Amino acid sequence: MEIPYNVKSRPDTGLYNAKLGIWLFLASEVMLFGGLFTSYVVLRVNASAENWPHGLLNIPIGTFNTFVLIASSVTVVLGWAALKMNNFARYRKFQAITILCALGFLSIKSIEYSDKFTHYEIWFKDGHRQTGHIHQDGKKAWFWNTKTLAGAPAVKDAKGNVVKPASPPIAEFEFSPDATHYSDAAKHTKGEPAAAEHKESAHASGEHAAVKVKTADIKRLSAFVPAHSTYFAIYFTLTALHGLHVLIGAVVIAYIWGPGAKLWKTNPEQYVNRIEVSGLFWHFVDLVWIFLFPILYLL
Amino acid sequence: MSLKAIHIVFISAAMLMCVVFGLWALGEWRAADGTANLLYLIGSGVGFLALAVYGWFFLKKLKNVSYL
Repeated sequence: MEIPYNVKSRPDTGLYNAKLGIWLFLASEVMLFGGLFTSYVVLRVNASAENWPHGLLNIPIGTFNTFVLIASSVTVVLGWAALKMNNFARYRKFQAITILCALGFLSIKSIEYSDKFTHYEIWFKDGHRQTGHIHQDGKKAWFWNTKTLAGAPAVKDAKGNVVKPASPPIAEFEFSPDATHYSDAAKHTKGEPAAAEHKESAHASGEHAAVKVKTADIKRLSAFVPAHSTYFAIYFTLTALHGLHVLIGAVVIAYIWGPGAKLWKTNPEQYVNRIEVSGLFWHFVDLVWIFLFPILYLL
Repeated sequence: MSLKAIHIVFISAAMLMCVVFGLWALGEWRAADGTANLLYLIGSGVGFLALAVYGWFFLKKLKNVSYL
């Protein structure tokens, strides 16, 4: 039995089945991202400037990733246009670039994430705060928090075998503070001196020289992970969800480009439709990033 | 709405983003100076123009493809 309107458009809607389906799906996606965007904007507008981490994201990397995604949208459309002109070889070249762009975006994003997981904020008992990097045995420390400093007992399985050895309490550690704290800008607007201005050894930019910090002086320690603050919770929710969409889009495009390309020989019109539908999804994913980038990185 | 139509929407949104980025860079450059902010400002202007030219060529090339 042949499914009607799988290739040709329905006369009343002007759409073939897959196009109607992808638009219904994208409508649900708009609601999902719309809710998260709205949450972010409401939280951002109502947050006090001193407690809203700002300027911690890497703008050059974010800009480059934006360029990568815009380029991938262009190659998706050029590939689709090439197929419409029966140029399969040209389509494959453009779509290969799209897949590479998607992988490039995810790789860069993972580098950005790893930088956040090794970047810390310390809330000291005397009330001041500092951001910077922790070094242990010459390496950057990952995912530390206040509990890490207290140490942990060994983890054993049911037979009593040690699965994870005990970690001793940390009395002090090496910390390379950033030259400025994100709350400094807010303090300046209030006429208060910024923390960095008190330090005679402050570098013009980047990090201060490493100092020893005593655990006894610390009230709270957190890496820039979702538990750090509302900002990072929603930052990771939005960007991880977007990254998941990029990954799924890349897998779908790669499948149609590779094993799914057999359809081009048997039913070229339906194959072109598949390219169009995957391209619509890809454009939605890129459009989300076009809004995410200024909201998260700039404002 | 076809891929052609959504691509035009996308390029328009990207151009708008270049404007926002340019305004942000201008504000930062006025406040703190810095070569990076000037580069962002120039880059956003170049990006805006490149997208506008590309959009015009795209519309010209695909004028026979439906918007639906």
